[in-house]
Amino acid sequence: MSDTFTLDGREIPFEPGQTIMQAALAAGVYIPRLCYHPEFKPHGSCKLCTVKVNGRHTASCTYKAAPGLQVESNTEELNTERRTLVQMLFVEGNHFCPSCEKSGDCQLQATAYELGMMSPHFDHFFPDRPVDASHPDLLLEFNRCILCSLCVRASRDVDRKNVFALAGRGIHSHLIVNAASGRLADTNVALEDKAVQVCPVGVILKKRRGFAVPIGQRTYDAAPISGHVQGSASLTEE
Amino acid sequence: MSSASLENILRKYDGSPHNLLQILREVQEAEGWISPERVAELEQALAMPRSKIVGAASFYSFLHLEPVGHYRILFSDNITDRMLGNQALMEQLCNLLWVEPGKVSEDGLVSVTTTSCTGMCDQGPALLVNGRAITRVDAARIEALAERVRNQVPLAEWPAEWFQVDDNVRRRDILLDSQFEPGSALRALHARVETQGVQASNPRSWREGLPRGLVGPATMLDEVKHANLRGRGGAGFTTALKWEACRNAPLAPGQDRIVVCNADEGEPGTFKDRVLLTSHADMVFEGMTLAAYAVGARRGFLYLRGEYRYLLEHLEGVLARRRRDHLLGHNILGIPGADFDIRIHVGFGAYVCGEESALIESLEGKRGTPRNRPPFPVTNGYLDQPTIVNNVETFAATSLIALHGGEWYRNIGTAQSAGSKILSVSGDCERPGIYEFPFGVTVAEVLEACGARDTQAVQVSGPSGFTIAAHEFERKICFEDIPTAGAFMVFDKRRDMFEVARNFVHFFAHESCGFCTPCRVGTSLLRNLMDKLHNGQGSPYDFQEIERLNHILQAMSHCGLGHSACNPVLDTIEKFRPAYEARMVHRDFTPAFDLDRALSQARQMTGRDDEMAHFGTEHGDAR
Repeated sequence: MSDTFTLDGREIPFEPGQTIMQAALAAGVYIPRLCYHPEFKPHGSCKLCTVKVNGRHTASCTYKAAPGLQVESNTEELNTERRTLVQMLFVEGNHFCPSCEKSGDCQLQATAYELGMMSPHFDHFFPDRPVDASHPDLLLEFNRCILCSLCVRASRDVDRKNVFALAGRGIHSHLIVNAASGRLADTNVALEDKAVQVCPVGVILKKRRGFAVPIGQRTYDAAPISGHVQGSASLTEE
Repeated sequence: MSSASLENILRKYDGSPHNLLQILREVQEAEGWISPERVAELEQALAMPRSKIVGAASFYSFLHLEPVGHYRILFSDNITDRMLGNQALMEQLCNLLWVEPGKVSEDGLVSVTTTSCTGMCDQGPALLVNGRAITRVDAARIEALAERVRNQVPLAEWPAEWFQVDDNVRRRDILLDSQFEPGSALRALHARVETQGVQASNPRSWREGLPRGLVGPATMLDEVKHANLRGRGGAGFTTALKWEACRNAPLAPGQDRIVVCNADEGEPGTFKDRVLLTSHADMVFEGMTLAAYAVGARRGFLYLRGEYRYLLEHLEGVLARRRRDHLLGHNILGIPGADFDIRIHVGFGAYVCGEESALIESLEGKRGTPRNRPPFPVTNGYLDQPTIVNNVETFAATSLIALHGGEWYRNIGTAQSAGSKILSVSGDCERPGIYEFPFGVTVAEVLEACGARDTQAVQVSGPSGFTIAAHEFERKICFEDIPTAGAFMVFDKRRDMFEVARNFVHFFAHESCGFCTPCRVGTSLLRNLMDKLHNGQGSPYDFQEIERLNHILQAMSHCGLGHSACNPVLDTIEKFRPAYEARMVHRDFTPAFDLDRALSQARQMTGRDDEMAHFGTEHGDAR
């Protein structure tokens, strides 16, 4: 018999070594997240998955489950805080959902809906982030990057290529590619790379595949993101 | 740079990717910047992807992947520098050199911009030229400096007195007053163990991490425990607990325990470590050696902030002398197996690297991003090995404790805060400088000692610390009351406390590492809010926004930087509200434009006429 902890009043079993996020996912419980992906080492940077463990805020994707923990997640307080984080991500980049190919499949957008975000609230930063269209088959739309580093981790840990990396500091943090020219075309990226599949938003896009699935029939049109607890919905789209 | 000299640099650093940042520093010191050609060469030599090299280098303010001019001039921009007129001086220099702040001059000769506090607050305003500190800058010095830049006079030929950095020690107590003899603390400890009739050392103790019951190292640990020594970095964690956890952490084969001295003194207004390393380096290194003895470490690092790069040769000299004198290296004091050595790692302008896990990441040659914890450095630190990270002053105090015993030490100071505290006093006072007091000294006593008059407020422990108002000047400097890393910035009644807080908020936004969403975006949002108030566009709504950001930063941030970024704003709002009220131009002001009337069309279109669809009377009609 495995140990359990309490998540919003519900007993959640866990295996030794599992994080709160992993145990919750296994039990079919949705905790909002953007930088966490079941297949990769937790990063703990987006902070969307913050829960209260015995009254203290902590990221559930990096916090190890332990017997008897009292964990709060789906509360008014935490969802309000998470909504503010999503608003921060929206104003930090340039997100224009209606014209985005990822609309309906985008985890940022779906999470915003899930958390009932009605406006960005804060003043937009409107950063200047040129796109990289150098690659014949892939487009990099940096305006939408939320710095989750999933592509960085996928390229490093799965593809063993280090095509992507984070550079800069603070609000000037940004994604770079592994080429002296700074252009994706000059890297050894390949369409089959894991790194190309994992973007939760619309940064890494395949060219000439626009709107293959009509709006209205997309991943999160059918069910909200909380209804897709088993892994990344955008991974299963194809 | 010839390929031979790059090879030399690589050899000096074992060709290890973990030493990437030190290799980049030496390349930059030779060539002024890190060119794409060098990055390509390092990519080959270190077998490291370019994205990682660029990703790491671009994190640090003082590493340049683009040319920054033959002369790179950075004005220290702490609030104390501002109070001494650094903004006018920078404008003067820019005008003289025909250069725009933040840009390289068209001929590629010079660039002028600001940087976070350089730790010269007691002799500011200060600036850095190609990494070297120039103190006591005034209009005449700026003129002479511009002349030399224009005539391309090499830095080595600039007047030596410009680069003079004084200790300015104004009050000495147990630590600064001790006539410390190198090796004396190690010998005292050794003697203490022997008089207790136990074998002092055992080769295993250094190499394998001190099985329980081994008394030599245990004696050191016991003394530190008796002394009730607490970390001098500000958080006040009990030193003996940290050391014990490190010493008890299991070692995998091939692993060592690591001792790190945190001299990344980045908190604006703090400069005590500069003085300790300048004039008391032996005490610090000996304290590290004692700590190594206590935890069973063979390797040590001093993480020296980039602003103190000028101390590197001096410190290397002290280390070399200590090796000659058998106080470092193999068989220290002739004890077989007592091996410990220290390497100096120079930082590059990143405040967040003062956070211990970020510091360790930086030591490993990576971006200085704080780690997820647990696990903590005491079990999984430098290259996953058990590591202790302590403040410079903590190690100096360790030497004192070894010399005089823990019992002696704990009787100085207060119940919870044993020993003395070195304060870095700057701002509006007659005698800025270094003051060592026993813990428990009141703010008023420090103000009296430094000759402060008409004091309005004191910022204790820097921007992440506490704004102390006049009615609190009887409060004590100690962990029970006002804990501090050492900064003590004095503001007299002429000063605008809103501008003080705004300066601090800009600092946090500049220094946020960008890893987590709340701090990366939140500190910039806070900066924008403070600028909005500064620009005369404030309204009571902004107070709510500040509250909201504070809550998110406190609750959701990854590390202490985000947690404390709102502190100066909250403190000054609470204690100096008039400074904010003065900026609330819209509070008693009804603009000619009537928003509620303008909304009538929207109400008509949406068919709404409820309360929420109106611009409330509390806004529109308050007069």
